[in-house]
Amino acid sequence: MHELSLIYSVVETVEQSAKQAHATEVVSVKLRIGALSGVVKDALLFCYEIAADGTMLAGSRLEIEEVPVAIYCQPCAQVMVLGGVQSFRCPTCETPSGDIRQGRELDIVSIELEVP
Amino acid sequence: METRVLEIRKSVLNKNDELARKLRTRFETAGVLVLNLVSSPGAGKTEFLQKVLTDLHHSGVRVAALVGDLETDNDARRLMASGAPVRQITTHGCCHLDAGMIERHLQGWELGELDILFIENVGNLVCPSNYDLGEAVRVALLSVTEGEDKPLKYPGMFNSADVALITKIDLAEACEFDRETAMANLHAVRPDMRIFEISSKKGTGMVEWLDYLADIQRSIKQDRATGEERKSLVAAGE
Repeated sequence: MHELSLIYSVVETVEQSAKQAHATEVVSVKLRIGALSGVVKDALLFCYEIAADGTMLAGSRLEIEEVPVAIYCQPCAQVMVLGGVQSFRCPTCETPSGDIRQGRELDIVSIELEVP
Repeated sequence: METRVLEIRKSVLNKNDELARKLRTRFETAGVLVLNLVSSPGAGKTEFLQKVLTDLHHSGVRVAALVGDLETDNDARRLMASGAPVRQITTHGCCHLDAGMIERHLQGWELGELDILFIENVGNLVCPSNYDLGEAVRVALLSVTEGEDKPLKYPGMFNSADVALITKIDLAEACEFDRETAMANLHAVRPDMRIFEISSKKGTGMVEWLDYLADIQRSIKQDRATGEERKSLVAAGE
């Protein structure tokens, strides 16, 4: 969903940071994408080359960390990772929980730069 | 030459998120309750808002609406019949509203003179889920004609909503709508979600909905009063 426009946003943000750091080249970009973000990893990878072309990011590597949904379970008093996005219940005790701690991410985590 | 890793830790949508945060602060400061209505096209957002705006406006509540569509100002014109101020956001192709569009279309409106602002999003259960508009409450509409498993098919959107409205309940029998399954599916993807059952045409469920709005408005006023009190205590050096 909107992967091309999201990737253009990534390129813009990364270029800004790279220029501020006086980098000569961007080597790689690391994203974290949550299971609830609605964003498709393959589509992001596909769009990356197109969007990076002609910028400091041309030729760089896009790394995507996919992050599952995790909820906080009150009875178990801990954060529990869920296997999917259909049932927001603790996998151990089955208590429903709307307290989402992870899974909505659409983040630029870090970038690897060539600096003089 | 050397390689250096730079931490960014920014949302890809950080521009929208930042603007949405600013809008949220503006809304809270002005004491206006803002709701973002999302649903598939045809679930009954405009019909619902027509009824709600008319009822509230005639009760003296200062309401306004922003309505988003790709094309036409049909919805804004329908909603203006309520007597409340309404503006159309025509996106000409963009499948969701974003914070920038909301900011631009609020220009010239005095937020302090409003009690409630309704934002009717573009009919779409996918894209609007990622775009924070600075709202206090996100309301997802699900009509009885859409099927009980809609929430499971669009978990991102229904999970992002605070409240759900099951609409067109006057048609439930004709559609053989399974109410229990629909509610179970809504709660499967958003356990703490409040659910209202509405027929905009017949008025069913409207009293409960308007009571809910009144409750939130009361707690906003209380929060502001507490916040003002806290501020003056801080200013007094306590």
